[in-house]
Amino acid sequence: MTEELHPVRLVVNETAYDIRVPARRLLSDALRQDLGLTGTHVGCEHGVCGACTILVDGKPMRSCLLFAVSAVGVEITTVEGLTNADGSLGPVQQAFAECHGLQCGFCTPGFLTTITAGLRDNPDPTHDEAREMIAGNLCRCTGYQNIVKAVERAAVLGAES
Amino acid sequence: MTTKLVGTPVQRVEDQRFLRGQGRYVDDIANDPSTLHAAVLRSPHAHARIIDIDVDEVLDLEGVHAVWTHDDLAGPMAEPLPLLIPHPSLTHGRTQYALAKDEVNYVGEAIAFVVADDRYVAEDAVGRIRVSYEFLPPVVGIDAARAATHLVHDDVPGNIGARMEQHNGDAPAAIAAAPHRLELDLTIERSACTPLEGRGTVARWDPDVNRLQVWSSTQTSTGVRAAVAVKMGLDLGQVDVITPDVGGGFGVKINHPWPEELLVPMAARALGRTVKFTEDRREHFISSAHERGQVQHIEVGFDDDGRLLGLDVMFWHDHGAYTPYGLIVPIITSTQLLGPYKPGAYRVVFESLYTNTVMVTPYRGAGRPQGCYAMERTMDAIAQFLGKDRAEVRAINFIQPDEFPYDHGLIFQDGRELEYDSGDYPASLVKLKALVGWDEFPAYKAEMAAAGRQVGIGLACYVEGTGVGPYEGAHVHIETSGKVKVATGLTTQGQGHATVFAQLVADELGVKHEDVEVVTGDTRRMPYAVGTFASRAAVMSGSAIHLAARRAKEKVLRIAAEALEADEKDLQIVDGVVSVKGSPGSAIDLGTVSVLSNPLRYAFDEASKAATQFSVGDPGKPPVAEGEEPGLEGRDFYSPERATFASGMHAVVVETDPETAEITILKYAVVHDCGNLINPMIVEGQIHGGVAQGVGGALYERMAYDESGQLLNASFMDFLMPYVTEVPDGIDIDHLETPSPLNPLGVKGAGEAGVIPSAAVFAAAIEDAEGIPIIAMPISPSDLFHLRQIHAKEPS
Amino acid sequence: MKPAPFAYTRPGSLAEALATLAGDPDAKVLAGGQSLVPLLSMRLAAPSALVDINGLPDLDGVTVTASGVRVAALARHADVLASAEAAAVQPLLAMALANVAHPTIRNRGTTVGSLVHADAAAEMPVVLSLLGGSVDAASTAGTRTIPAAELYVGPLQSSLRHDEVAVSAFFPALAPGAGVAFEEITRRQGDYALCGVAALVDGASVKVGYLSVSDVPTVVDLSGIPVEEMGEAALAHLEPADDIHATADYRAHLVRVLTTRVVRSAYDDARGRR
Repeated sequence: MTEELHPVRLVVNETAYDIRVPARRLLSDALRQDLGLTGTHVGCEHGVCGACTILVDGKPMRSCLLFAVSAVGVEITTVEGLTNADGSLGPVQQAFAECHGLQCGFCTPGFLTTITAGLRDNPDPTHDEAREMIAGNLCRCTGYQNIVKAVERAAVLGAES
Repeated sequence: MTTKLVGTPVQRVEDQRFLRGQGRYVDDIANDPSTLHAAVLRSPHAHARIIDIDVDEVLDLEGVHAVWTHDDLAGPMAEPLPLLIPHPSLTHGRTQYALAKDEVNYVGEAIAFVVADDRYVAEDAVGRIRVSYEFLPPVVGIDAARAATHLVHDDVPGNIGARMEQHNGDAPAAIAAAPHRLELDLTIERSACTPLEGRGTVARWDPDVNRLQVWSSTQTSTGVRAAVAVKMGLDLGQVDVITPDVGGGFGVKINHPWPEELLVPMAARALGRTVKFTEDRREHFISSAHERGQVQHIEVGFDDDGRLLGLDVMFWHDHGAYTPYGLIVPIITSTQLLGPYKPGAYRVVFESLYTNTVMVTPYRGAGRPQGCYAMERTMDAIAQFLGKDRAEVRAINFIQPDEFPYDHGLIFQDGRELEYDSGDYPASLVKLKALVGWDEFPAYKAEMAAAGRQVGIGLACYVEGTGVGPYEGAHVHIETSGKVKVATGLTTQGQGHATVFAQLVADELGVKHEDVEVVTGDTRRMPYAVGTFASRAAVMSGSAIHLAARRAKEKVLRIAAEALEADEKDLQIVDGVVSVKGSPGSAIDLGTVSVLSNPLRYAFDEASKAATQFSVGDPGKPPVAEGEEPGLEGRDFYSPERATFASGMHAVVVETDPETAEITILKYAVVHDCGNLINPMIVEGQIHGGVAQGVGGALYERMAYDESGQLLNASFMDFLMPYVTEVPDGIDIDHLETPSPLNPLGVKGAGEAGVIPSAAVFAAAIEDAEGIPIIAMPISPSDLFHLRQIHAKEPS
Repeated sequence: MKPAPFAYTRPGSLAEALATLAGDPDAKVLAGGQSLVPLLSMRLAAPSALVDINGLPDLDGVTVTASGVRVAALARHADVLASAEAAAVQPLLAMALANVAHPTIRNRGTTVGSLVHADAAAEMPVVLSLLGGSVDAASTAGTRTIPAAELYVGPLQSSLRHDEVAVSAFFPALAPGAGVAFEEITRRQGDYALCGVAALVDGASVKVGYLSVSDVPTVVDLSGIPVEEMGEAALAHLEPADDIHATADYRAHLVRVLTTRVVRSAYDDARGRR
């Protein structure tokens, strides 16, 4: 039995992609394999680690808990979409570089998207709010210390820009 | 002089890719629809004989290309996987097959390998394989292994893979004669590395040149290369192994070859297609390695001051179903247990035991956390017994700064003597006490108690043998552009090697940091290497790179001296330009030196014209001088006599909730001595990560096996890796820099330090808060609640 | 960890969705999917078809009236949590929702979906039960209202039929003079609770809802019992069990500790609203 393919239009980082995928194709796999946007990483495929977090209409969601067929009619932002138009690092990315907020880099895209949305909603977080902002993402390398600093630094960079 | 970069917090060069989503991890390689994907049928039973495997329904499935079971393997591929580190005491070493032959010994053991158009279809196919089993009784946990009512392997009596003893002096006699004696029985449970990226392998066979290219998320590309070549009957020269970006390792990726690291290349060659295996999270829990599980019995004799007179340790180490990595973990426990102390007479005996659970191979710390736990619990027990300050009892047992090198009279994990090279433990303790407020703590505790709050403090000390051999190498190539290309063979999993190794080269060669590009873990660039483990990268590859850069520099100076008609002694290199000191007009850039280093017949551009035969060279001499080679390169290896010993001390203040038994971390302090710091920012990052992993191991993570050998928490839902909300808000760090005399950089390893004292330091702090002996780790609120109940009934 | 194949429809009308469900007993509704998708990826569930209701009109939104809060099927936890009007009318909603997983999950997961998933370790089923709310279920046969007391019939089992879509839930408003509180103990922040307690007090009436200490969301009427003894009394109606994170005894202990704490908080809450 050949699996039925569904035509899907995904709008990612302001670009529309028309693909044909089986119903069961996870959005994380569609982004990575069908669109070639491998910046979104898959760490657990059960919604706990947060590495695959993307923005759906600006809100952080787990791309491993969405089906590509169901992600129609929304604007998706992945880590590749966080860079400035001139190719330079966006404020959250820049803050991570300055604060050593990443080591192996695997969980990083999920943090970057989550924090981007978090700072949009709360541009000047307190220290506790900065910690809370990243409370749903797992990192095994950094012990989170410098990620918290990066949130605070990104808020400063964001305010300056 | 160019500003020195070693010792400064240079920002990481690799971050530019990672932050843009341009990292290349193994699952990002060969990311196109023609790549085939593999899935593995894994045993659902902990112990069973395989009666029959029926794969008939699999190949009918559209999109399935092939399925293999052990019956389909031939030659070396059908033999057991290698036992990587043999040891005379490992009398009953056993390893699994790439695909199980006749018997399975843990839930998760690979049985069949399917290759299909995509991973979805491959998993559909796995679901169609029918296996008939004859169930065998599972052996789960150290108690069951010791009881040996049932055996994991029929031909391993008592489930004992190894029994090993080392001693220095007559510990039982010393203890018997000591003024005071204590006995302790301790346990520590399993945890695991759980990097955010699991294992993964991609392979492509090129039939035109009969060569294999393999990408693997490994900590040793040269190890994988040798294993693949042996198992597939290929010459080493036919196999390239490239380690791309790796999403964390922490030890689990040093074991090799994993079955998939062989099966993927085998399938790629058989099918003539690129094949990829990406381990999923459940697979990582049940088929990659665990660590830590031990039961320990300690007898100690000491004097009125708490000075150790004799220490006699027996422990039982759960190594799971197989022993591919030999006895490394228990040997490290048995030797590194001694920490910064002089034990008096010492004897240690361990048994390394089989169980029907996932195998045990090193996890960050690699046996040291267990050893530190045994020793530091003992120190606390002595202090408690004598009514002395816990820091004071430790201090009286320290090896003193003037006693280095200090030989413990034992053999370490590398087969070399356990001889500490340098350190200053008393100075570290002074720093730690100041950092955590040790002397002020009793007043704080009383103040908190008055407010109805329970707090406790603990400290733990460790020594870590880092930078073990046998060697690492490096190749430094100065291109005609003046850019410097560096290769070393060990691999990178987030340690920032591209940054720190470039710092070393920039300093040694006198070039800009941004002009240095470092490649690790690519056997095409450096085929001689060992791997990344035992906090050895900075020590081993760092030293090799430093030496290779020095060789390149020597050649630069020889060529430049000739070109500038100056004495080598008068030359300096600043920002990639060689000049005569004091006469800045007399200068030549490194790119030109590189051009001159390679006598040419043909010119390709303006620069290379300068090296052609009618432009340079003394017609009376050979174009390449005797003893020289063309090209501006330096290559060298570093192979130390023995490991270098880093050290440190942690302290933690915890609060325990009198009602709910929840445990909260109020303060965490680290004093750390890894010799000279190459990049303090990166060293601190390593400590942060280690501490967080330690918090996980002490308070949250365990491998919950039921008695049938099922792992009940094989997901991130139930294996409680800490989020930011569970780790300390701030870690206070102070460094001591006691250089190692063993290597040219004076460095010691830093990667594992953060995790070593965790079980010990949390046990101590909780014990202090509660007044209840803590002898089993990790500890959860539920565990603490029950301890309170037991001790309320039977006050100790 | 990839789902088994399934058929997929994304109906444009509720009638179409209901017809599809009526025609396929093995089909399941996909709303937020935050509980369903992991089950599919682990192949612990393999429905023949998913009926994706995310394209249905008129099913999003939180409607607040003086009598209570109506949450439509596609309202995400985050939408409900963000509604100041909802929090004003029934403050227990926000108190509990703040404990549902992490914000990223709340951005997609629906409150109604969580209610009909009927997990006794989840927050919202207990809240609905404690408040005496209800769920409206539509099928080709029409729409019926299922009171919370009749919704939870067993572990992970609701009385919603396979051919029904839960189109909304209703949480009654907090009565004047009444108070509420919520607290749970988790291993990690955002995890399922080891024990969670929600309390609703109104004068002498004390009702307490429990999660993670019984097979189904359980509400116990503790009116008239001294507050220190309420937890013990509640345990007669609960069945805390051992699991890998906590023993039954520890959970029972948490029932005692939290019941007292949360009931007192609920009285404080009531006083604060006067």
